[in-house]
Amino acid sequence: MTIQEKAQSVVDEFLIFDDWMDKYAHLIELGKELPLIDEKYKNETHLISGCQSRVWLHADFDNGIVKFTADSDAVITKGIISLLIRVLSESKPSDIVEADFNFLDEIGLKAHLSPTRANGLVSMIKQMQLYARALQIKANS
Amino acid sequence: MSLNIENIRSDFPILSTKVHNKPLVYFDNGATTQKPLEVINRISDYYKNENSNVHRGTHFLSQVATDHFEDARKYITGFINAASPREVIFTKGTTESINLIATSMSEFINKDDEVIITAMEHHSNMVPWQQLCLKKGGKLRYLSVEDDGSLNLSELEELIVPSTKLIAVAHISNVLGTINPVKEIIKIAHKKGVPVLIDGAQAIAHLKVDVQDLDCDFYAFSAHKAYGPMGMGVLYGKEEWLKKLSPYQFGGEMISTVSFQVTTFNELPYKFEAGTPDVAGALGMETALRYIEKIGIENIQKYEDYLLEYATKKISEIDGITVIGTSAQKTAVLSMVIDNVHPFDLGTLIDQMGIAIRSGNHCAQPLMEHLEITGTLRASFALYNTKNEIDIFIDALKKAISMLI
Repeated sequence: MTIQEKAQSVVDEFLIFDDWMDKYAHLIELGKELPLIDEKYKNETHLISGCQSRVWLHADFDNGIVKFTADSDAVITKGIISLLIRVLSESKPSDIVEADFNFLDEIGLKAHLSPTRANGLVSMIKQMQLYARALQIKANS
Repeated sequence: MSLNIENIRSDFPILSTKVHNKPLVYFDNGATTQKPLEVINRISDYYKNENSNVHRGTHFLSQVATDHFEDARKYITGFINAASPREVIFTKGTTESINLIATSMSEFINKDDEVIITAMEHHSNMVPWQQLCLKKGGKLRYLSVEDDGSLNLSELEELIVPSTKLIAVAHISNVLGTINPVKEIIKIAHKKGVPVLIDGAQAIAHLKVDVQDLDCDFYAFSAHKAYGPMGMGVLYGKEEWLKKLSPYQFGGEMISTVSFQVTTFNELPYKFEAGTPDVAGALGMETALRYIEKIGIENIQKYEDYLLEYATKKISEIDGITVIGTSAQKTAVLSMVIDNVHPFDLGTLIDQMGIAIRSGNHCAQPLMEHLEITGTLRASFALYNTKNEIDIFIDALKKAISMLI
């Protein structure tokens, strides 16, 4: 599946819920599917700054494909990063760098989050794209 | 007198709004309180009928604005029982009041001089002193906090040394709700000739503040935490101190005569009020404090104590919740942590249920470190909150916890 297709599947999935409490319950469930970061990467270097809760993110590069793993001490945050990983992980760095994030607006997540959480969301996306860009440069050099 | 809460609630237009399609339950009063209609009207009336610059015009409106502005100062003088309006300086709020003193005191702080604060201070009563000490080579000392959230007062005498230049302490902790024994602290400090600044941000709307009775040298507070407008506050300072201190900003209003070579500064309090002041803000603050006076600060305190007691009891019945801050001297603030649940998750879900509540470190990171927690969930009450709202909050809390565990 392309990033676009995966994003669409997320949008479809969230359409089922019209109540935001249910959407949050679903996010919490998604958090449980998060590909967990190796304990050895749970350190300062892998911490994303700009989040109120702590989020660690790691990227592996294998056969031209980026794979993300992550963790957080807050479960809703875990759900959000899980959502991003589901859409972006196992893609080519160039696709991740060029990805648009309209699906977050479509499910209403961005508008619904508190400002501090929305900032955290932006930080997560930036960090994932930063990893992809670095891996892209490394691959091309 | 018991309070008629329904009448009080109808004074606050925002309380009838809905959030996420649920009636708003506003429990973030420690961050800012809502404003009664008379405060909102006072500000808008000023701009509709009285707007003019103060202290300089010879025309009619300027005189009206000046009179009302100075009447506000006089009223606030009485409200905190300052000895004279010369001791009441209008600022942007608590933070500016503290920064004013930290800046103006800096000429009295030399290398190896010490400033004492407490481990429970808000960043606004911590960072200014830390930066002052860093700049001047001084040392910042901390009075520690006991497990129940009270200050370790027994340390104070030893902490005060001949090079101690100032003690700065919160009247009420914004995280723990602890009412600090500031009168006692001031007595101990004065015995050793050390001046004391009180950060009254969390106190002014919750208990009687009498600066002469406290005998504090400086007292800082914001209007917006006491039903008044944002961007307005007060620095009270004893006249003898304010006379000694140099101005911290320069410009119009604070001068007496100016030539290209020299300037003589205006008398108190104008020496510390450079530029055009927030006249509407001052009038709004006066109206807000009059509102408090009308209801009676003792009545408010009694009612808020009742709310706190009820909420604490209800919270304690939920498994896995620990109340942070259990000092016997406490008011209007209820901080909690829940086993294995991040306060941010709780805050998010509870917000969905229409409840405005604070989660996080509450601008007191050193205190969080000291307590070895990442943050708390904080409900903070005001005179318009109700027992029924606490019940709604408790149900929301239970629901959120069941979703998160």
